[in-house]
Amino acid sequence: MYSASDLKKGLKIEIDGQPWVITEFEFCKPGKGTALYRCRLKNLMTGAGMDRTFRPVDKVDEPNLEEREMHYIYNEGDEYVFSDSETYDEIRITAEQLGKKVWFLEPDALCTALFFNGSPIDINLPTWLIREVTETEPGARGDTASSNVMKPAKVDNGYELMVPLFINVGDTIKIDTRTGDYAERVSKG
Amino acid sequence: MPNVSAKADQESLCKALLFRSEVLRETRAYYHQHGFAEVETPVVIDAPAIEEYIEAPRLTTGAFLRSSPELEMKRLLAAGMERIYELSPCFRADEHGRRHRCEFTMLEWYMAHTDYMELLEFTKGLFRHLANALNVPEKIFNPHPEWEIISVREAFRKFAGEDADKCAETESLFEQVLVEKVEPALPQNIPCVLIDYPVRFGAFARKKAEDPTLAERWEVYYNGIELGNAYGELVDAEEQIKRFGEYAEKRKLCGLTEYPQPVEFLEAIRSGIPDSAGCAIGFDRLVMVLTGTQDIADVTFPHR
Repeated sequence: MYSASDLKKGLKIEIDGQPWVITEFEFCKPGKGTALYRCRLKNLMTGAGMDRTFRPVDKVDEPNLEEREMHYIYNEGDEYVFSDSETYDEIRITAEQLGKKVWFLEPDALCTALFFNGSPIDINLPTWLIREVTETEPGARGDTASSNVMKPAKVDNGYELMVPLFINVGDTIKIDTRTGDYAERVSKG
Repeated sequence: MPNVSAKADQESLCKALLFRSEVLRETRAYYHQHGFAEVETPVVIDAPAIEEYIEAPRLTTGAFLRSSPELEMKRLLAAGMERIYELSPCFRADEHGRRHRCEFTMLEWYMAHTDYMELLEFTKGLFRHLANALNVPEKIFNPHPEWEIISVREAFRKFAGEDADKCAETESLFEQVLVEKVEPALPQNIPCVLIDYPVRFGAFARKKAEDPTLAERWEVYYNGIELGNAYGELVDAEEQIKRFGEYAEKRKLCGLTEYPQPVEFLEAIRSGIPDSAGCAIGFDRLVMVLTGTQDIADVTFPHR
């Protein structure tokens, strides 16, 4: 159990049976009044956000969360199988839970799985993924150095994203798996 | 290889503290131009002002670090000083955030034979003086000759659709509506004053003669940052003793430190304090708005 005064950015808490992380935190104390702890929260299961203000008398539950290192092994249809690096226990996570991350799974990649009350709720993948561009329109002449203007592209596993105009078919690029966005060019094709 | 970011940090620290030094100088100049004496009352005291929600840190000797110089300065009013200001450190336990430090600098002043509206005019003059003397660009801080002045009741109705008096009856609700709805909706780029608080929120303010459910209190904001609090000071000894009793009771119920009776202050108020108005401004926040920053760490010596 946490007291309101324990709250801070990055702390994980439980509200109505769901785990949340504090993404923004502000201590407030209007003149002559009680202290208030204003938080912006992100739901660790759904990614949904909400604002919540806590008062000094409020108590906040501590979620039963555990992080474990896992390797991705294979998928069976919509289910993705990971193996615990220490115990070799296997867990299955659905494509729906993984969302965009299904595109970034590489066999044997070392991941961190987050468990809430013993059930896996999230997987953190290696941050950077290198892929080759297989489809994109040629960039317009004169825009070779610009990275502000973007165009659609497809990489070799079929994932589609926006890339700068200077990227061409055959280039390899780095993708940020946290956001799914283009990060930088690794080499020219 | 030299640490580039540490060097940049040191340069910005020096720049911030040099500007702060100018604000200190010009603040003092304004008070002296208006016939004020600067006073230094003790930082370590035996009995802090008894308030519901302000915690003065306690030393192992049993003495306290003051949360404000209020009671000591009022003793000077009783002694016959009519225009006094103090610009010095105050302490509040467990307050830490982008606008709070446990140790901070308070600019507090009292004017005898002055009411809280005359005090407001004087404060407008202070802001104008600082903006002009320090050449603060208008887009950062505009002291405007006419401020936005909104009664607390009107602000709650207009910005939150709430009844301020009803909110004041529920623990923490008034503050929550104020912080979540009212403060963010206050007009920007102009000093803004919330005035006439429900009497419960005017600890040391006298009641308004024409409406005793309200306290003679105002708070000045700039871009949603609360800068300072002003009272038409409560100088009625009996009423003051009654309120201290109520706050002490409340503190006991909440399990907070019991403060000793401020004996010398009570003697002073019994002997007579002239009708006065007083204001306390968080000096660090004043420097913040003059600098256009949202974080107190940008204008103070780096510390907890």
